[in-house]
Amino acid sequence: MAEVLVLVDANEGAVTKATLEVLTIARRLGEPSAVVVGPAGKAAPLAAKLGEYGAAKIYVAESDEITGYLSGPSVDALEAVVQQSSPAAILAVTGRDNKEILARLAFRIGSGLMADVVDVAADGTTTQSIFGGAISVEGKVSKGVPVITVRPNSVAAEASPAAGELVTVAVTVSDTAKLSKVADVIVEAKGSRPNLTDATVIVSGGRGLGAAEGFAVVEALADSLGAAVGASRAAVDAGWYPHQLQVGQTGQTVSPQLYIAVGISGAIQHRAGMQTSKTIVAINKDPEAPIFDLADYGIIGDLFVVAPQLTEELTKRRG
Amino acid sequence: MRLGMNIVVLVKQVPDTWAERSLKSSDNTLDRESVDAVINEVDEQAIEAGLRLIEAHGGEVTVLSMGPDRASESIRKALSMGATKGFLISDAALHGACVMQTATVIAKALSTMEWDIVLTGGESTDARLAVLPALLAEATGAAQLTQARKVTVEGSTVSVERVNEAGYSVIQASTPAIISVLEGTNEARYPSFKGIMAAKKKPLQTVNLGDLGIAADEVGLAHATTAVTSFENRPPRQAGAAVKDEGDGGVKIADYLASRKLL
Ligand SMILES: Cc1cc2nc3c(=O)[nH]c(=O)nc-3n(C[C@H](O)[C@H](O)[C@H](O)COP(=O)(O)OP(=O)(O)OC[C@H]3O[C@@H](n4cnc5c(N)ncnc54)[C@H](O)[C@@H]3O)c2cc1C
Ligand SMILES: Nc1ncnc2c1ncn2[C@@H]1O[C@H](COP(=O)(O)O)[C@@H](O)[C@H]1O
Repeated sequence: MAEVLVLVDANEGAVTKATLEVLTIARRLGEPSAVVVGPAGKAAPLAAKLGEYGAAKIYVAESDEITGYLSGPSVDALEAVVQQSSPAAILAVTGRDNKEILARLAFRIGSGLMADVVDVAADGTTTQSIFGGAISVEGKVSKGVPVITVRPNSVAAEASPAAGELVTVAVTVSDTAKLSKVADVIVEAKGSRPNLTDATVIVSGGRGLGAAEGFAVVEALADSLGAAVGASRAAVDAGWYPHQLQVGQTGQTVSPQLYIAVGISGAIQHRAGMQTSKTIVAINKDPEAPIFDLADYGIIGDLFVVAPQLTEELTKRRG
Repeated sequence: MRLGMNIVVLVKQVPDTWAERSLKSSDNTLDRESVDAVINEVDEQAIEAGLRLIEAHGGEVTVLSMGPDRASESIRKALSMGATKGFLISDAALHGACVMQTATVIAKALSTMEWDIVLTGGESTDARLAVLPALLAEATGAAQLTQARKVTVEGSTVSVERVNEAGYSVIQASTPAIISVLEGTNEARYPSFKGIMAAKKKPLQTVNLGDLGIAADEVGLAHATTAVTSFENRPPRQAGAAVKDEGDGGVKIADYLASRKLL
């Protein structure tokens, strides 16, 4: 059976849930092989999980130069794996780094890139959800080996034990891959909240929070649900929350099981980033707010009253 | 020795995000005629970043766009903000070009110019790919300094802050470099009346594929690396109940979540 490469994302030494989803989708196209690109020692602790979710092979493309430079070494490493395996397709989770790495790889090997798909059929036909879910598009990579990134939460990850055989790949990093040096890595205060883009539950706050301090209400609610926190552009522009947590047209596109919008009006550009969420709940004092046009359930009321009460109730029920 | 820096800023003309955007059923491509066309908003921040660099270091900002003739409007806007000159790649054969072709064509155009830095927006609101700048690095062999929220230039060394969910990295390279900027990098200036008048007289060169030495049968919809086979407009989401808070709104949401097995 044809091999299908899946680039692995890991977070704090564990395979991400979204990677397991992509392994699940990859099984429709052929036999998945996981590819771990990173510094020496990255692959070993991930191997058991990758095997459990269907990786027959795990390509270990490790080099300590990979984290030292942006994109280039990762593209070189993936290219080496592609040459060694002649895959039928190359898949990864949609993400800033992955999209750039896969695009450069596709350019190099003469392929096309289908970015941020929500489904892939056995014949390689992809489905994308564009303009905030208003249009569903079917397409195909029509040149070369299909290179595809998959939006998190598009399918449920299913285990399917496979051999998970480790295969070492010799990585040589070219000089041109070392043009952009990583001079520093700064981890800003980040609690134990899940990542926005692949979170199952997201609580987002908007201008209705009134001030940066207002986000305490949203964060408390998020923590009672084990959720990630997002923000509208108005809240980001006001400097209340970081841009990387903005949801919408010019922020992140999310598709969680549950999205709770707190003090967000639901402008078309905000909806573009969240309206494919499975369930949407809104808290807003304005009954005319457009967010209620798409919310499955909404409370018209003061968020400073309703959200803390919800947090308290959830904490009580969850024990 | 050259004085100052030669900067190329890439701007894309896109359909206004406030409008109902659609695809054309004739060939499944973006309908650019039926809606207002605007400059991709974050590209204005790339223009601003370029203008600030030449204000500090001297030099020129060339604004480059690939698109239909109408894309010259977006170039004029950049010129009215203060850019030096414009460069439009327009050719009917480019209709339906995929991002790989766009990278090839823009890289070809760049090879005809002298430049130290190419500045772009982080993402276009229509394609939402956020990969063209990385592809240009691949195609031109220049350094990739993408998804930056802050750009600093000292001599020929460029540093950017590249954000990620956990924080940011500082990435450093020597010119030539391709830099893409995110929303919030800086505040884009408004064109002044004087700037708008001056822009009318600034040079705007339009080239076609032949001028760039690219054969028409290498590009366009028929030769794209990806194909849209069909599309479907989805019915809008149905609104559920919206209930006025009577003092138990929080409890009601908890009940709703429990009923949907979301707790
Ligand atoms: C090119 C472009 C791209 C954009 N990209 C994005 C994007 O990626 N993401 C994004 O979010 N926006 C984006 N926008 C901006 C978008 O148009 C809106 O301006 C923005 O989403 C509004 O944010 P908001 O809902 O928080 O603020 P507002 O629209 O001001 O809404 C605040 C809401 O809070 C409610 N409220 C106030 N106080 C309370 C209270 N005490 N209790 C309950 N409710 C209260 C109000 O009734 C109101 O509905 C974009 C715009 C453009 C032009
Ligand atoms: N046709 C084009 N002409 C000029 N610049 C473009 C074009 N397409 C994309 N860009 C630039 O590349 C950035 C990222 O675009 P994208 O990869 O399409 O999301 C945009 O913000 C623009 O600066």
